[in-house]
Amino acid sequence: MSEKYKVSEDGYYGEFGGAWVPEMLYKNVEELQNNYIQIIESAEFQDEFRSLLSEYCGRPTPLTFAKRMSEKYNTQIFLKREDLNHTGSHKLNNAIGQILLAKRLGKKRIIAETGAGQHGVATATVCALMNIPCIVYMGEVDIARQQPNVKRMEMLGAEVRPALSGSRTLKDATNEAIRHWIANPEDYYLIGSAIGFHPYPDMVAKFQSIISEEMRVQLKTKTGKETPDVVIACVGGGSNAVGAFYHFLDDEPVQLIEAEAAGLGIDSGKSAATSILGTEGIIHGCRTLLMQTEDGQIVEPHSISAGLDYPGIGPLHAHLIKTGRAKVVPVTDAQALEAAFILTRTEGIIPALESSHALAVLEQVTFKPTDVVVVNISGRGDKDMDTYIKAMHAND
Amino acid sequence: MNNRMTALFETKKENILNIYFTAGYPNIDDTVTIIKQLEHSGADLIEVGIPYSDPLADGPTIQESGTAALKNGFTLKLLFEQIREARKTANVPLILMGYVNQLMQFGVEKFVAQCADSGVDGLIIPDLPPNVFEKEYKELFAKHNLSFTFLVTPNTSDERIKMLDSLSTGFLYIVSSAAITGAKSGISEEQIAYFKRISSLISSPKLIGFGISDNETFTTACTYAEGAIIGSAFIKMLSKEGVAGIDGYIQSVRG
Repeated sequence: MSEKYKVSEDGYYGEFGGAWVPEMLYKNVEELQNNYIQIIESAEFQDEFRSLLSEYCGRPTPLTFAKRMSEKYNTQIFLKREDLNHTGSHKLNNAIGQILLAKRLGKKRIIAETGAGQHGVATATVCALMNIPCIVYMGEVDIARQQPNVKRMEMLGAEVRPALSGSRTLKDATNEAIRHWIANPEDYYLIGSAIGFHPYPDMVAKFQSIISEEMRVQLKTKTGKETPDVVIACVGGGSNAVGAFYHFLDDEPVQLIEAEAAGLGIDSGKSAATSILGTEGIIHGCRTLLMQTEDGQIVEPHSISAGLDYPGIGPLHAHLIKTGRAKVVPVTDAQALEAAFILTRTEGIIPALESSHALAVLEQVTFKPTDVVVVNISGRGDKDMDTYIKAMHAND
Repeated sequence: MNNRMTALFETKKENILNIYFTAGYPNIDDTVTIIKQLEHSGADLIEVGIPYSDPLADGPTIQESGTAALKNGFTLKLLFEQIREARKTANVPLILMGYVNQLMQFGVEKFVAQCADSGVDGLIIPDLPPNVFEKEYKELFAKHNLSFTFLVTPNTSDERIKMLDSLSTGFLYIVSSAAITGAKSGISEEQIAYFKRISSLISSPKLIGFGISDNETFTTACTYAEGAIIGSAFIKMLSKEGVAGIDGYIQSVRG
């Protein structure tokens, strides 16, 4: 990859990134920084990682040509099917990578944060597979609204600890996980998104980059060309988006579109459109764009999708947006819901609410009939059935 | 004007008592009263915590006091007004402790200018990395006569302790154990060995924090350092007894 989009030695993408951590975390972060590249680039690691992706996750996930959607929007639409990945989302790719790293670092217990519960489930899954104890921090509010995933984690043997501080959602679950790591430095912190201090954003990007690596091969077979015209992905912290964009970053003609959760609308005060409403600052040890007050207090965002309900954005995304490499399209709760029903009834695929934000871009942006447009379906919609059922009844 | 904290460390070499409290807590107007009362009761140094939505290095007691202060209507503008007010009579060294995002959003230059103007002597910003401090902040802080304190933990290597010692312009904050604030109490043999190791490596004054709560822990800490810092225990006392309890508490710690 060109230097333009590659992480610098001290963890920056342009002005974004770094490791703004208290001294109490320095040794842990340094251990990771000094070892992660060497470990994950070793042939032995890659063999085990690739083998699990194929034998355990069921990869490669298909790249489905969406015939009826293509007719509806008068363009060539392909769906990257992370919803068919084991556990139901792209989150498992990263969890597998990091658990293999944790094992090689000799770590005996895993901690993680989760919002909607998808990353928590993925982490609990790999911990069961590797027989390592697992603690997942989850905001008390999210625990109440994502019960099926809480029960899945518990069935997998993980301990779900409620985050009771602040607004008791993903941001606070992340704070609690970081505090746990400060008090228990011998544990391994398995971050779920392309956020946090260096080297996490780069590490998560590398593990998720399997998504665009597969796309290139699949596109070549299906279209005769390795690159599409457009890639669309939703972005909260931005792990599925970074995975879907990664191997196209240097192909400047490939248009990259990030669907951001606009909640009830950009100007409603109830939104999670970080790149539009945010200003530069530090969140969870990373210099990036975040939603905050004039006094630097971090604001609680709103989105119908718990997975996009994050007041910051991964540092690589902040860089891609600032430099104009990626374009942001805000999508409201209502637009995302509508897009979920459109996909369900034209292709028979119920997408996660997060992925529905990416799909909603098709309603807002017109592409050429010949354009090859890939939409990353980051996860399946089973966990969102309560919301979908309510929406169906609202339309009755 | 001379830095009050530097002057303190030049004249006092032992039993230095540093009290941390959260601005705007329990009541929004208590900041001034607490500073004055702490000075009157014999605190040598006061660390004023800036309430923050996401205080990563702090335990539940300090978090909750910050959340309450924000609900009380705390702002940075108000904080600097309160410090100006307290400075009309108080001469005790004052340090602000906050997180780097708060400075960035307020504007770092504006923040340090306000510090200097209102009578702040030093800063503790636990998530400001030393390399960024050296490159971007050191000169600016010095220009406004603000000292800067780094944290050292049981996991900090000898080499890094020396580096932090040479960069520090105030005292070194010796974190007593791998923990967030307010987590543990008491001092073990292992910790004593760690305090001794640090003493052999550095030249800056040292204050021990985390787990200091009463006369016993304060006295033990003062055996191995110039003084100690009490935070969560003081805030717990304030929650129960309010500002009226300050004098009794400080006297009990001094013993």
